[in-house]
Amino acid sequence: MELYDLTIHEAADRLARRELSSRELTQAVLDRIRQVDERVRAYVTVTEELALKQAEEADKRIASGNAAPLTGIPAAIKDLICTKGIPTTCGSRMLENFLPPYQAHVTERLLDAGLVMVGKANMDEFAMGSSTENSAFYPTHNPWDLERVPGGSSGGSAATVAASECIYALGSDTGGSIRQPAALCGVVGFKPTYGRVSRFGLVAFASSLDQIGPLTKDVTDCALVMNVIAGHDKRDATSAPLDVPDYTRSLIPDLKGIRVGVPQEYFVEGMDDDVRASIEAAVNKMEELGAEVDWEVSLPSTGYALACYYIIAPSEAMANLARYDGVKYGYSDMRGDSMWQNLELTRQHGFGDEVKRRIMLGTYALSAGYYDAYYLKAQKVRTLIRREFDAAFQRCDVLVTAVSPTPAFKLGEKTADPLQMYLSDVCTIPVNIAGIPAISVPCGFADASPEPGRRGLPVGVQIMAKPFDEPAILRVAYAYEQATEWHKARPKL
Amino acid sequence: MAITREEVQHVAILFRMSLSEEDITRFQQQLSQILDYFQVLQQIDTEGVPPTSQPISLENVMRADEPRPSYPTEDILANAPLSERGFFRVRAVLE
Repeated sequence: MELYDLTIHEAADRLARRELSSRELTQAVLDRIRQVDERVRAYVTVTEELALKQAEEADKRIASGNAAPLTGIPAAIKDLICTKGIPTTCGSRMLENFLPPYQAHVTERLLDAGLVMVGKANMDEFAMGSSTENSAFYPTHNPWDLERVPGGSSGGSAATVAASECIYALGSDTGGSIRQPAALCGVVGFKPTYGRVSRFGLVAFASSLDQIGPLTKDVTDCALVMNVIAGHDKRDATSAPLDVPDYTRSLIPDLKGIRVGVPQEYFVEGMDDDVRASIEAAVNKMEELGAEVDWEVSLPSTGYALACYYIIAPSEAMANLARYDGVKYGYSDMRGDSMWQNLELTRQHGFGDEVKRRIMLGTYALSAGYYDAYYLKAQKVRTLIRREFDAAFQRCDVLVTAVSPTPAFKLGEKTADPLQMYLSDVCTIPVNIAGIPAISVPCGFADASPEPGRRGLPVGVQIMAKPFDEPAILRVAYAYEQATEWHKARPKL
Repeated sequence: MAITREEVQHVAILFRMSLSEEDITRFQQQLSQILDYFQVLQQIDTEGVPPTSQPISLENVMRADEPRPSYPTEDILANAPLSERGFFRVRAVLE
């Protein structure tokens, strides 16, 4: 096994036993980036010098006996999480030259834990997209098949973990942006409960939906990162003032007494046969591990969640993106004849297509005469969706569904039809609407049309729980993962 | 539900964003298709259902209004396209 293929816990064990230095590990990861990123394009910025400096500090810390579980472990950070003095582009021309004057809360937490940052990961512009093709710079490629998308919007974060160009990554999830790329790239991706992780220093997309979370090679690593990033922060008034459990205590390899529900509405029309079969096999495996399975759970409003989301998220995005005025920071177009014209030109040339489309949708949905029919209606439907989840969690500890109805699609396949692209998030969006936590864990490969010599494309299973019941999710995810081999597969690059 | 060319232009003006002629044509077609899809919500009965604006119920969060150090002016202005004597510089607002 190559050093860059190690998980956090495997690397941390070797670091603790002094069989490996952070410097060696970091160099191996940087070499790997040099070797494969020309093809994968997972990074917007590689921070080699910084990484080597942080690795040296980490080695000193380990030598002094003060190491934490993440000390000296190379990581990638999605390029919309502020890193002081290091470009944070958000995948946009608008922020191409932006240098944050402060650290995001999660960056601070990771730095305290001994972060080695190897780079900032590519993403759909302002996290709007499901394929990373909306990056203003270049699309990221799926390490399992370079002609396919890695998913999005955290496509760079998922691809870099899958391609072993880092040991773990942070992403953000507004409608599936951690879970969908994790599924398409065959890694673990976790969206915590809304409010579990502070959004301070996360470039805002839709403030009532956004949440930061880890992308890792296995569930143990996910728990280790959650232990560091979760918790209250007074700089984010929506962060929950609740104690954080030790998530590694949820890593229990059996499911006795766990009630698993399978909502029928998530087997959507057009779902790939191999995806459906993988999800059913995953549920059967959970039953073998001791879980009680209810195959008849119903969440009748599921079919309305996508429309609800594509009204609420653009409405909030429109309000958040009004801050880009070409005056305080970011791209500025000064060719106009007046202040107003400069403002209009700055937005025309600073924002890409999808961002403009969502700004237009949001502005329309909030405008006089349409507010009640669109925005208010969507907020009421949001209440119904939440209530159905509340009722389901009275009877079930977790709900299990597909993450994406299909495996990774081809680059360019959906770019001309925004609505088709939106439909790839149909199974992940309800989770953000309800604010609940959910994970994507590898559960198989779709072999429908593999090219010769390929294994097929990764499939992910989604596990959801009630607000703040991250431990239930991690327990089910861990027990399932330990009973299967899917998480050990790596793409050939 | 078709949206007109004029409506597309009106919405862009509400946000203070200019659009090219091609943008307007493309958005008119795409937004019409998406707004059509939104009609699905009219099938669901929401009579008497309160709206949700934030998923995890939180009360208003208050703190004491006490002065504390902020970021240095030069750090904040470092990202400004134009600045002068410690201020952001903009074109004249009133002409």
